Amino acid sequence: MPVITYRQALNDAFAEELTRDENVFLMGEEVAQYNGAYKVTEGLWKRFGSKRIIDTPISEAAFLGMGVGAAMMGLRPVVELMFWSFAYVGLDQIINNAGCIRYMSGGLINVPMVIRGPANGGTNVGATHSHTPENFLANTPGLKVVCPATPYDAKGLMISSIRDNDTVCFMENTLLYGDLGEVPDGSYTIPLGVADVKREGLDVSLIAHGRAVLTCLAAAEILAAEHGIEAEVVDLRSIRPLDEETILNSVAKTHRAVLVDENKPFCGVSSQIAALLAEHAFDELDAPVLRVTALDAPAIYSMPLEKLQLPDAQAVVAKVLSSF
Amino acid sequence: MARILSLPSKSKKSPKTAAKKAARPSVTRSVAKKPAKAVKKAPAKATKAVKVAKPVKLAPVKKPAKAKAIASAPASPSATSSAGSRKDFSKDPINSSLKPADKIGFLREMLRIRRFEQQALKYYNQGLMGGFLHLYIGQESVAVGTASLMNGKDEIITAYRDHGHGLAVGMEMNPCMAELFGKGTGCSKGKGGSMHFFAPDKHYWGGHGIVGGQAPLGMGLAFALKYKGIKGCAVAFLGDGAVNQGVFSECLNMAALFDLPIVFVIENNGYSMGTSLERSSAIRHSLASRAEGFDVDWSLCGGFDLYELRANLGAVMEKARSKSRPHVLEVATYRYYGHSVADANAKKYRSPEEIERYKTEFDPITLWEKQLLKEKVITEAGIEKIDSEAKAEAAAAAEFAIASPWPSEESIFEDIYHEVDHKTEAGQTGRHFFSE
Ligand SMILES: Cc1ncc(C[n+]2csc(CCOP(=O)(O)OP(=O)(O)O)c2C)c(N)n1
Ligand SMILES: [Mg+2]
Repeated sequence: MPVITYRQALNDAFAEELTRDENVFLMGEEVAQYNGAYKVTEGLWKRFGSKRIIDTPISEAAFLGMGVGAAMMGLRPVVELMFWSFAYVGLDQIINNAGCIRYMSGGLINVPMVIRGPANGGTNVGATHSHTPENFLANTPGLKVVCPATPYDAKGLMISSIRDNDTVCFMENTLLYGDLGEVPDGSYTIPLGVADVKREGLDVSLIAHGRAVLTCLAAAEILAAEHGIEAEVVDLRSIRPLDEETILNSVAKTHRAVLVDENKPFCGVSSQIAALLAEHAFDELDAPVLRVTALDAPAIYSMPLEKLQLPDAQAVVAKVLSSF
Repeated sequence: MARILSLPSKSKKSPKTAAKKAARPSVTRSVAKKPAKAVKKAPAKATKAVKVAKPVKLAPVKKPAKAKAIASAPASPSATSSAGSRKDFSKDPINSSLKPADKIGFLREMLRIRRFEQQALKYYNQGLMGGFLHLYIGQESVAVGTASLMNGKDEIITAYRDHGHGLAVGMEMNPCMAELFGKGTGCSKGKGGSMHFFAPDKHYWGGHGIVGGQAPLGMGLAFALKYKGIKGCAVAFLGDGAVNQGVFSECLNMAALFDLPIVFVIENNGYSMGTSLERSSAIRHSLASRAEGFDVDWSLCGGFDLYELRANLGAVMEKARSKSRPHVLEVATYRYYGHSVADANAKKYRSPEEIERYKTEFDPITLWEKQLLKEKVITEAGIEKIDSEAKAEAAAAAEFAIASPWPSEESIFEDIYHEVDHKTEAGQTGRHFFSE
């Protein structure tokens, strides 16, 4: 199978969907002529032209809302946010419009839109550029939220998201764009709401999404090699819809859960998983559910300190050991 | 309103004409000179609109060849900076009252900013800094000119291209450099980085990373001045791309409605990242003219000549202070480096010739040096001395930064809540932080 980057996997997904469906178009800041601030859309403008690949002014509220309106008319906008942090100037369009219109119209109107871009800390760009809004967007019934960790998942989930008839908030990660992975040629889909067990194990379930999945995989290797603990790594892949069954099955097998999350702890994604386990896996648990999350502070600029703010493999290992 | 919208549009002009317009020398006087009072009293909005003067009287393009060369750069050099009919702003009272020491001081400040940033660039490229580094090099005159006009009661705020404004208002190089290195001795204790310099004690409110986000804050500064009865004004800087944030339009309306003493300075350097002004604004001949739809006065000026900048900005700041009215001043300027140092396309969306032309013909520091030499205010040797001092100061600041400690681990949880930091009663009830 070809080995390509996460960035290329997304790019391939766009190219395939742009070719397949003329209603698909891409829009955002610097996506066309500049080839994308993070080069995710590289080459697409040359290939598909200005009708399909559209550079916008720095007007997020306007172009997010324009995406919603166009989607209402049956187009399939893929709107890039240079950073998900910049969605905040256009949240009204995402939450009130994309998120509520279907309901308020009694199902008369659909909003088949993808809003995508990187949402991650760890690059020393400071508090305002490091937000991870998956938790609070998933807090809006009507919106879907997807956070792929690997190139394979990125492509399959992107194709599904573009074909989805609801608005999907697709969160990437600037630290993953260069990651390599096996990705088949041609089109394939990964359904939203299906988690993926990235590593099997009997002793503890590490439950994560996005880059934290890779952190868990690294931690699992250490746990196996140095502590004889076999961790199972569950990659949520999509936050909403959430694959509760895979989570509960894993915990029923391992009887221990450590939730790893680059999202903040307060009402974060891990809080939702913890609530799920408290409600539905109480009798299965041999130890309290534990969490390793981003530290509960704004993202600091200082390079070595920001490292401390995000979960790393050692922190996960320590947390797992504390549960035995 | 309708009239503004019917100004140069793609459909009506050949691309050549449009390019020419974009590159035309900017006018330096307010063209929307409407009697603010009279207009305010006018009962019907319709009459008001009629009163508004046609936005721009196009000065003839003197040298079509040159204009063509920078056709893609809407931040055209002002007419006054190019050869030909040059208005002499040195005679403006705001400039004629300057003492030689003041003029030399401006040169020193501009050189300090440039040398500081060049030093920073060196270490950024060595990997000693994180995140983004947006250089102000080429635009120094704007910050220095503004700082020279602040009266002790004025407040300023800008975006992420903020080193120049910080140094210009008197922030010291050491803490500024240390901030770039992410050190605990930094001006924001290593928490904000390049985009987030603040010095409220020097009337400088940052340093803001989200495009356009500072515009309403600037309005808040102006509101507070007015509320407290302080006869100062607020100056909020924003870029030619930032004007496209919806919040800026909301600000124009509110600033006019509330009679706020604010000057929005659009530092038009021709590009927002890799997007030229032609590709980001439907109205291309000027961005400031958008103000007209909001009953806000506006004007354009070149930012390359300090005298020109001071004369124009000084007048509108004074108007804001005395009349408590907003104004939008669009300043033509140019950045030499990429959007940030990480901008790999810096020389793709504009030609190397264009960049070179600005450097050789419109460099604000070179122009000012020439001016001061002409006035015999300074000698070549004098310039050399100031420059080497600036270089030495910047190098020392880098040494200071490198030798400084990292912020402490505990500091991650400081400066989030005032009440917690100060262990007040309010800071003791309930749980504030949720990391395990
Ligand atoms: C809301 C928001 N959208 C996008 C960005 C990314 N971004 C940062 S600076 C910039 C270009 C701004 O250009 P301009 O306003 O002309 O200022 P200049 O960089 O030229 O000083 C963009 C798109 C951002 N920081 N915030
Ligand atoms: Mg600009």
